[in-house]
Amino acid sequence: MYRIVRKEQLSEEVFLMEIEAPMIARERKAGQFVIIQKGGDYNERIPLTIADADPERGTITIVFQRVGASTYLLAELGEGDAFENVLGPLGTPTHIENYGRVVCVGGGIGVAPLFPIAQAMKAAGNDVRIIIGARNRELIIEEDRMRTIDPDLTIVTDDGSYGEKGVVTVPLERMLSEGGVDHVVSIGPAIMMKFCTKTAEKYDVPITVSLNSIMIDGTGMCGGCRVDIGGEMKFVCVDGPEFDGHLVNWDNLMMRQRTYKAQEKEDYDKCRGGICGKLGLR
Amino acid sequence: MKTPDMIEKEAREVLASMPETLSPKDRAAIPHMDMPTQDPKERIRNMSEVALGYTEEEALVEASRCLQCKNKPCVAGCPVGIDIPGFISRIAEKDYSGALSVIQCSSLLPSICGRVCPQENQCQKFCTVGKMKKDVDQAVGIGRLERFVADHEAESASVPEVAPETGKRVAIVGSGPASIACAADVRRAGHSVTVFEALHKMGGVLSYGIPEFRLPKRLVEKELSKLEAMGIRFERNVLVGRTRTIRELMEEDGYDAVFVGTGAGLPKFMGIPGEDLVSVFSANEYLTRSNLMKAYDTEHSLTPYFHSHRVAVFGGGNVAMDAARTALRLGAETVDIIYRRSREEMPARKEEIEHAVEEGCNLRLLSQPVEILGDENGIVKGVVIRRCELGEPDASGRRSPVEIPGSDYTVDYDTVIVSIGNASNPLIKKTTPEIETNRRGNFIVNEETCETSLKGVYAGGDIVLGAATVILAMGQGRKAAAAINEYLKAGK
Repeated sequence: MYRIVRKEQLSEEVFLMEIEAPMIARERKAGQFVIIQKGGDYNERIPLTIADADPERGTITIVFQRVGASTYLLAELGEGDAFENVLGPLGTPTHIENYGRVVCVGGGIGVAPLFPIAQAMKAAGNDVRIIIGARNRELIIEEDRMRTIDPDLTIVTDDGSYGEKGVVTVPLERMLSEGGVDHVVSIGPAIMMKFCTKTAEKYDVPITVSLNSIMIDGTGMCGGCRVDIGGEMKFVCVDGPEFDGHLVNWDNLMMRQRTYKAQEKEDYDKCRGGICGKLGLR
Repeated sequence: MKTPDMIEKEAREVLASMPETLSPKDRAAIPHMDMPTQDPKERIRNMSEVALGYTEEEALVEASRCLQCKNKPCVAGCPVGIDIPGFISRIAEKDYSGALSVIQCSSLLPSICGRVCPQENQCQKFCTVGKMKKDVDQAVGIGRLERFVADHEAESASVPEVAPETGKRVAIVGSGPASIACAADVRRAGHSVTVFEALHKMGGVLSYGIPEFRLPKRLVEKELSKLEAMGIRFERNVLVGRTRTIRELMEEDGYDAVFVGTGAGLPKFMGIPGEDLVSVFSANEYLTRSNLMKAYDTEHSLTPYFHSHRVAVFGGGNVAMDAARTALRLGAETVDIIYRRSREEMPARKEEIEHAVEEGCNLRLLSQPVEILGDENGIVKGVVIRRCELGEPDASGRRSPVEIPGSDYTVDYDTVIVSIGNASNPLIKKTTPEIETNRRGNFIVNEETCETSLKGVYAGGDIVLGAATVILAMGQGRKAAAAINEYLKAGK
């Protein structure tokens, strides 16, 4: 069992959990993910990027958003509760090198997995600039920790309730147009990563993105996470999750992410309505 | 089709009129007992086992059909060499625990192999009764009898004895049939055994792949609990190659030998346009959702599944049949199994094809999918199919399909399940490059010992054979175990 030692609600729908998983905490590298499963015999396996790890305490940190019944169930768990299953670390670690100047762009809950990458980029000697964005002030997460890496980080909200009003590509474009940017890393909703890629393309700057696709086993067995990378079929779980943004077929990725959207929405509404009987919830 | 009641009645009548002593001619005249099954109309609405198993009377009749041939041709057809006439004669004597003991000398998992072995290509293919009748379907129902014995003696099956602890430690990677067989034999020799499984349930393909209606999971759990009772440790949620590498297991964690039984777990796709559409699934994904994550049990499980109406399954193997029949049970209105050769060439077991057809799956034969069409939301709306005809036999010995130009037509579907086979998972190869593999990524091993090119590391099952069968995997697991026990005795 993998015990939850800390839980924080970061915003209405976003939760952070620190989980006991000593072996994963020791082995994981920036950019890797875990698959968690609650329920043992029943229920699905959920891939989540590792936001942080503490090898001394033997813990890893995950951040997730409540979108369907399964994540609703996760959010109901508290400190002291446990997951039956946590598998990892999965995926190929982020390629870290001293590029020179790296801009890290995080959107929504993508900011959480961006933290260890920004940290590793900094440690490798890069001049790291950070942009974080969300729909509104309430949804901005991890600002304090990100500031430890880039004290002058840029914040953007769709409604202007905090930081600049607009989308992350505006400050990204500004930085790129000023020149001197050697690499971009972008993690967030697919649509955001798509537009970050288009922006980077304009300035001919390489961009690394971290894809979040439908996945079951995380070991290369199901093929559910297949994506089109430069015309070749790749599996996010073993070949990724990070890819060269310029090679990603974004429209196909976004289309496939919607496979269970209708059911997710229906289940979520049921849960909110308090009739998710099989969860044993009120 | 005979109902279970009809078969039972027939068995009683045959038994009542059977003489005390039977001549070979009498035996050959005894009718073959059909396997009682759930009614097809009923069973597609549940996940319970399709084949119900012989009653005692049915087993006694079927056992009396065995001629007890001196040369035992059936045994030569069994990959693990079970003394088949030996266990069948004990059934005829109603000594069921004796029959189980005979099987257990050679096979660890009779309740599983009795259900999933392709007997018509193995033991039953060589059965004299079948040869006499010029029909392999008339051979003695060896698999059914094996299952009967295992089920009848399910409660009394004992835990194998374990030799005194040797202090040597063996890591087994993966928990499917090859690993189970290897783990048991290594443990019996007194070595400490830890089995590492990446998924959250043990059993490999027995758990995630083969559906409940063909292999009830309680049987798999029961077999696994026997291993635990022997003192074998199970470590779930460990992906060797990521959580730990083979080298770390041996150099840091102190394992003296490693067995790799990671199977063929990399789904193949056709490489045709449209395979990246939304409702296109590999059979692995489709089956894992249903079997491992219990999507079919909507009462208890939160696992979503795609609600299909018209399903196309590409492929003609057992996995394709499993996927097609699972789709029916998940509520599909029509299921077409699209295969490029004819029914005779289908690699699936005959019984699985028959069951699929009985349940309403439609075989679309001599048909090659060439494109999957999608709607504006990326959901499948149809498949373009090209007609084929049979040409000359190819390397597999089966007549090869030849596409007929200009014969394309389109059929409406909303879901496609691709089930054209699996390649070996590249993860261990990638993280342990010292292990030699062939062009297909299968591990190259010494045929006698199953040892890989890395000292102390052995491999067996589909990771060596490519996609094969449960019983062949078990056979390799046992062979490797014998070699590992020798290796450890020799003190490295």
